[in-house]
Amino acid sequence: MSTNFSNEQEKLLHDIGILDFVVVELSLYLDTHPTDRNALEYFNHYNRMCNQAKKEYSDKFGPLTIALADATDCGSWKWATLPMPWEGGCA
Amino acid sequence: MWNYERRLQYPVNIKESNANLAQVIISQYGGPDGEMGASMRYLSQRYACPYREVSAILTDIGTEELAHLEMVATIVHQLTKDLSMEEIDASGFRNYYVDHTVGIWPQAAGGIPFNACEFQSKGDIITDLMEDMAAEQKARTTYDNILRLIHDNDVCEPIRFLRQREVVHFQRFGEALRIVQDNLNSKNFYAFNPGFDCDECAGKN
Repeated sequence: MSTNFSNEQEKLLHDIGILDFVVVELSLYLDTHPTDRNALEYFNHYNRMCNQAKKEYSDKFGPLTIALADATDCGSWKWATLPMPWEGGCA
Repeated sequence: MWNYERRLQYPVNIKESNANLAQVIISQYGGPDGEMGASMRYLSQRYACPYREVSAILTDIGTEELAHLEMVATIVHQLTKDLSMEEIDASGFRNYYVDHTVGIWPQAAGGIPFNACEFQSKGDIITDLMEDMAAEQKARTTYDNILRLIHDNDVCEPIRFLRQREVVHFQRFGEALRIVQDNLNSKNFYAFNPGFDCDECAGKN
């Protein structure tokens, strides 16, 4: 993964990729170890950071999910008009 | 139900077209050990599973496979979207092109279409988890085979990520099988369907 970022949007999306990866890994681990207290604490910590980062990204650069979409913003439905993830670049 | 997140699980930014490579990598979209079969296998198997932790791991890995399906499609899309007519004509991609142009369609590298017979949902969680562990190994081998054919780092990085996930999923399915077996009568470890035969022997009340 490249670590030279040309802008804030790229950097934030990169951070979300890392945080979300930790959350996915911990979710799978917790499915088969549902009472591991260290893992539960770890999960809560990273899940909170991940949710915060996704909210910050969505506020600044457009919604990552429908739940984070703000339909009052700029009077247009950015969910439909921003680049799709498979287009490359920052998306 | 599901929600879409408008980003890839791991970034894919490929700058150079490569029709031959695309034709090989599409096997992980709709081939025998691809991500479409993986996601449908786990998401279908979870209903007949009598243990909640195991249903949870099937749900979460099945969901992650959908994110991998999107990554593989993105790799193929970026490898083919700027191909010239000359490149298509000169590469092995012409056979795919004639039916799909440069659209994404689930098939194996050899052209065989995706088929539900590439996975099972047997309604027996021991049988299903044995298949799931084998499926993760087969997908890992396929990614290993693909990696030997790649010389472009932009393609290598996301493929390495996908390969690594197969290893993690294999581990988690192994733990899931252990959970199932811990619930069984120790005298009858394998030849018993805990979702269908007697509830008492399956550790359920």
